[in-house]
Amino acid sequence: MIHDLLYIIYYEMRETLDQAFTWLTPLLFFIIVVCLFPLACGPDPVLLTKMAPGIIWVAALLSIIISIGNLFRTDSEEGFLDLILLSHYPLSLLVFCKTISHWLTHCLPLVLISPLLGFLLHLSFQKECALVVTLLLGTPVLSLMGSIGAALTVGIRRHGLLLPILIMPFYIPVLIVGSATILAEAESVSGYYAMMGAFMLLSMAFAPFLTGAALRIGVTQ
Amino acid sequence: MIFWMSQKFLSPKAFYTTTTHFLPWIITGVVLCLSYGLIAGLFIAPADYQQGDGFRIIYVHVPSAFTAMAIYFVMASSAILVLVWRIKIAAICMSSSAAIGASFTFLALITGSIWGKPMWGTWWVWDARLTSVLILLFLYLGFIALQSVIKETQHKDRAASVIALAGAINLPIIHYSVVWWNTLHQGATISKLDTPSIDPSMLYPLLSMIVGFMLFYLLILLLRMRNQILLREIKTEWVKEVLL
Repeated sequence: MIHDLLYIIYYEMRETLDQAFTWLTPLLFFIIVVCLFPLACGPDPVLLTKMAPGIIWVAALLSIIISIGNLFRTDSEEGFLDLILLSHYPLSLLVFCKTISHWLTHCLPLVLISPLLGFLLHLSFQKECALVVTLLLGTPVLSLMGSIGAALTVGIRRHGLLLPILIMPFYIPVLIVGSATILAEAESVSGYYAMMGAFMLLSMAFAPFLTGAALRIGVTQ
Repeated sequence: MIFWMSQKFLSPKAFYTTTTHFLPWIITGVVLCLSYGLIAGLFIAPADYQQGDGFRIIYVHVPSAFTAMAIYFVMASSAILVLVWRIKIAAICMSSSAAIGASFTFLALITGSIWGKPMWGTWWVWDARLTSVLILLFLYLGFIALQSVIKETQHKDRAASVIALAGAINLPIIHYSVVWWNTLHQGATISKLDTPSIDPSMLYPLLSMIVGFMLFYLLILLLRMRNQILLREIKTEWVKEVLL
C-alpha cells in the first residue's frame, strides 16, 4: 500500500517536473509579486524590513492559490479521477498524496527561493531563518486548504476567480501567525512555531476528508 | 426515525403546506417585537451617561450582528443534514439563508461603522471584532459565489454544504487568530464599551430587538424557501395545484 501511494506521489511529481512550465510559472509569479512591492512602496530599507514578512507571505499565498486550482484539472479531463474514485484505497488518502506532490513541486521551490527574496527586502539572517521555517510549516496548510477548493471547483467550467474567493478567508490564520512569527522577538518565537505546527497538523487531519468528499460530489454529478 | 420524519414532515410539499399556517403568526411576532424594541429603545430608554443618544444604534447593530452569526450556525447545521442524510429541505434552508446572512453581516458592519465614527473618531478600525465580522462577510460571499456558479441543483447543494462545513470548522480558528493578531500588533487601544450590568430599561428593548430580528430572519427564510420549493418542484402536480 505504502509503495502504491509513494508511486502516486512520484508519478505526479514526474508529470509536473517534465513540463518545466507548470512548476516554474508559480515560482516566477511569486518572485515578481514580491518585487512589485518595493517598486510600489518605495525603496526605504526600514519600511521594507518591516513589511517583508507580510509581502512574502501574501505573495506565496497568491502563488499557491493560483497553482492549486490545477490540482485536479488534468485528472478530470483525462478521466483519471473516475479511476481514482473506483480505487479500493480511501479517497482521502489518494487526495492527500496528490497534495503532497503539489507541495513538493509548487511550494517547496517558493520556500527555497524565499531567503533570496528576504535578502532583497533587507531581512536579517535570524529573520531569514524564521521565514524559511514558517514557510515550511505554513505552505502545507495552504496546499491542503486549497485542495478543498480545487476539488469543489473541479466540475465547473469557467470558474475564474471563484477558487481564491472561496479559499482565501481560510488562509487568514496562517497568514497572521506566519508573518507575526517572523516579526516576533527571538525569545518568544517557539510558541509561534508551535502554533504553525498545530495549524499544519489540524489541516492534515481535516482537509483530505473534505477534499475527498468534495471530489466525489464534483465527479459523480 | 429521521428518514421517516424526513418523509412525513420534511418533504417539500408537506413543508410548503404546513408553513402557510405559520406565516401570519411570525409576521405578528416580528411586528410586535420590533415595534416594542424600537419605541422602547429609541424613545423610552434613558440616554447613556457616556455616549448620550448615540448609543441607541445598539438596537440595530447588536441584533444584526447576532443574527448574522446565528445564520452561519444554521447554515452549518443544515450542511451536516445535507451531507449525511441528504435532506432536501435542509439544502433549501442553507441556500436561502446565505443571502440573508450576508445582508445582516453587511448591516452589522455598516451600523458598526456609523457608531464608530462619533464614538471612536474613525469609520473603521482593525479591531478584532470588526475584522472577524468582515471575514464572516467574505465567507458568506464565497458561499454565494460558489452557489451561483454551479447549475445542477444537487451538485450545488452538496458542494455548498462542504464549503459551509469547512467554514464552520474554521470560523473559531479565524476568530481567535484575529483576536490574537490584534492584541499582538496594537495592544488594546479600543476596547468595546464595557457594560457588565446594563440597565433593564435598556436591556429589554435590546432583547426584544434580537428576538424580532431572529423572527424576521425566520420570516424571510420561510418566504425564500417557499419560493425555492416552488421553483425546484415546478414540474410536479401539487405545485400546479397550488399555483393555479
